[in-house]
Amino acid sequence: MAQILAPSTQWQMRVPKSSTFGSPIATKMWSSLLLKQNMKGAAKSAGKFRVLALHSENSTVNRTEKLLNMDITPYTDKIIAEYIWIGGTGIDMRSKSRTISKPVEHPSELPKWNYDGSSTGQAPGEDSEVILYPQAIFKDPFRGGNNILVICDAYTPAGEPIPTNKRHKAAEIFSNKKVVDEVPWFGIEQEYTLLQQNVKWPLGWPVGGYPGPQGPYYCGAGADKSFGRDISDAHYKACLYAGINISGTNGEVMPGQWEYQVGPSVGIEAGDHIWCSRYILERITEQAGVVLSLDPKPIEGDWNGAGCHTNYSTKSMREEGGFEVIKKAILNLSLRHKEHISAYGEGNERRLTGKHETASIDTFSWGVANRGCSIRVGRDTEKNGKGYLEDRRPASNMDPYVVTGLLAETTILYEPTLEAEALAAQKVALKV
Amino acid sequence: MSLINDFIKFNLNETTRKSIAEYLWIGGAGMDLRSKARTLPEPVTDPAKLPLWNFDGSSTDQAPGDDSEVILRPQAIFRDPFRGGSNILVMCDTYTPAGDPIPTNKRFSADKIFNHPDVAAEEPWFGIEQEYTLLQKDTKWPLGWPVGGFPGPQGPYYCGVGADKSFGRDIVDAHYKACLYAGINISGINGEVMPAQWEFQVGPATGISAGDQLWVARYILERITEIAGVVLSFDPKPIPGDWNGAGAHTNYSTKPMRNDGGIDVIRKAIEKLGLRHEQHIAAYGEGNDRRLTGRHETADINSFSWGVANRGASIRVGRDTEKAGKGYFEDRRPASNMDPYVVTSMIAETTILWKP
Repeated sequence: MAQILAPSTQWQMRVPKSSTFGSPIATKMWSSLLLKQNMKGAAKSAGKFRVLALHSENSTVNRTEKLLNMDITPYTDKIIAEYIWIGGTGIDMRSKSRTISKPVEHPSELPKWNYDGSSTGQAPGEDSEVILYPQAIFKDPFRGGNNILVICDAYTPAGEPIPTNKRHKAAEIFSNKKVVDEVPWFGIEQEYTLLQQNVKWPLGWPVGGYPGPQGPYYCGAGADKSFGRDISDAHYKACLYAGINISGTNGEVMPGQWEYQVGPSVGIEAGDHIWCSRYILERITEQAGVVLSLDPKPIEGDWNGAGCHTNYSTKSMREEGGFEVIKKAILNLSLRHKEHISAYGEGNERRLTGKHETASIDTFSWGVANRGCSIRVGRDTEKNGKGYLEDRRPASNMDPYVVTGLLAETTILYEPTLEAEALAAQKVALKV
Repeated sequence: MSLINDFIKFNLNETTRKSIAEYLWIGGAGMDLRSKARTLPEPVTDPAKLPLWNFDGSSTDQAPGDDSEVILRPQAIFRDPFRGGSNILVMCDTYTPAGDPIPTNKRFSADKIFNHPDVAAEEPWFGIEQEYTLLQKDTKWPLGWPVGGFPGPQGPYYCGVGADKSFGRDIVDAHYKACLYAGINISGINGEVMPAQWEFQVGPATGISAGDQLWVARYILERITEIAGVVLSFDPKPIPGDWNGAGAHTNYSTKPMRNDGGIDVIRKAIEKLGLRHEQHIAAYGEGNDRRLTGRHETADINSFSWGVANRGASIRVGRDTEKAGKGYFEDRRPASNMDPYVVTSMIAETTILWKP
């Protein structure tokens, strides 16, 4: 499948060669993070910035940083490949690294590997090997140089995808000729919440209490309105460096909650890019000493949940007359509401209440510019008669392989009966 | 402070041909690494060209006070990741002034085994998976664990990522690059099942080089944890209870095992190892009885077993090896504090030289 190769020349030219050891993007980001965190008054109590093991008492200068940022390319052709996969809960990411004898361009050049599935709930102890198939390569923003991150999926030794491998089925859907011809684009808006370590209370919130009600925080700036911007900004650049198609970021309605968007990506890439961006985000929060939560409703009550709105279009939707195709797609989606909802993330019922800019989980609805609907169509799309739709149902902990595959399957491959169509058209007030 | 920084980063090559050699050796406890540095008139890349040296054995429990000199013989050279430039780390072994290996010198007899023509002909390869635990200084409680308490149970930590699942990654990553720079054949790293426990792998390395590389990798790791203010532990069962221990699984193959029909050679080798289980166990690390319980992905210390893809056996054969009919096998018995010279040479001796 298509690979996203980082524009390597571009970035290598911008890395200054002033020090004896080259420094990837990571170093500079960390020193600025350190400074900013010290200056943030309100956030001081919340999650002290701590790059583990960078400060020591018995040595006067710190040399771990030098080693971490060392550019090994002058000394060896070898590169380090961090193989990344999804663990047994379907949302936990795992990774380990290995040395590869020289730089690679394509995942097919990388060897398959294996890991101990009995330690991730994916295999029994007496037959524990699970095989990793490299599927997508990204540049490693933490190690720099020619080192890479590799998104993999998991198989039994016999070559069957294991039950938690959702990529395999999605890849099949995206290889179907009808789907390929429609060139499905996805733009995914990943929301997430940052929590203070140990107490697991949102970053910036007073421990034992609550901040002022929602209102000032959406896209807000200021020490009393924006908590954790450095993580969001560091993540943005790290993803761009890695070659991930990150298109934007913003502070969310609930304080301590953020969003970034990845897209437009074609087909299976959407899933690969989201998973890699989630991995990079968790590595960054690990360094910052802050806990990442993808829970769809982290705080009960009058606080927004976290979703993963998925914007979607096909070639037909983007061309003249596309609006009719969009309406037909919405019709199909209305007929499979339950199947989609059950695959759109654990715990979504706590989030899709009908309040806080969500639609109720039990009813399917759509509307133009309506954020209280299951599917929202933008005013631009309505005006131009072509464009895309936004599925607002997926939760922040959804699996993008599942969601993107389902959207493509339901809108391109699924054919409802004429009676079902007619009934649905009435129900959702759609003339198709 | 920045002045000290400048001096440490100083590139000597600009002003002098001299280079610094850090001589490393194993001390009297068998597990403690020692080192001291000397100036060389010019860069050296061949251990045979380095001078012999000596140290005060009475300070490391390796000689009596009235006859304290122990001779250091350079055996392997690696680039120094801390000093950079043309400076080197030198792995040495230890001798009496008369030229005999002192009792704690395990390299000497390992070298004899690896030089035996029958062993050399088989080209024995080793891949060693070194596990270790990071502890907070002063409390000696694992890094990231709440002092006075415990983290959530094992599950999320193996290869995990995130501030609540991964403790000490900077040390591991710094170590990876430092070893690659030094010229050590480090093949990978991963976070382990117990939080604050990590693993790196060295190999494939032929014969005696496996031991040299693993010892120098251990030295580099201890230097890095020193910088980080964190304590390194090679104890095989640092925390009793429902927490994994730390091992040094040793993967092994010979030329016949890697060629067609190798699977039969592997089976015969495993049978021989089964017949010498007790001798091997006695040499596989102090305190291993606390680790090899039969639980937590170990086999019980008293019984010998083997299986394909079975992590609860003494010896594990990978599915790839079974399928291809050739390959290697993994001895899962050695503890994290094993001496690689002892373990590698013993496996070679039992499987190649020993006749039951």
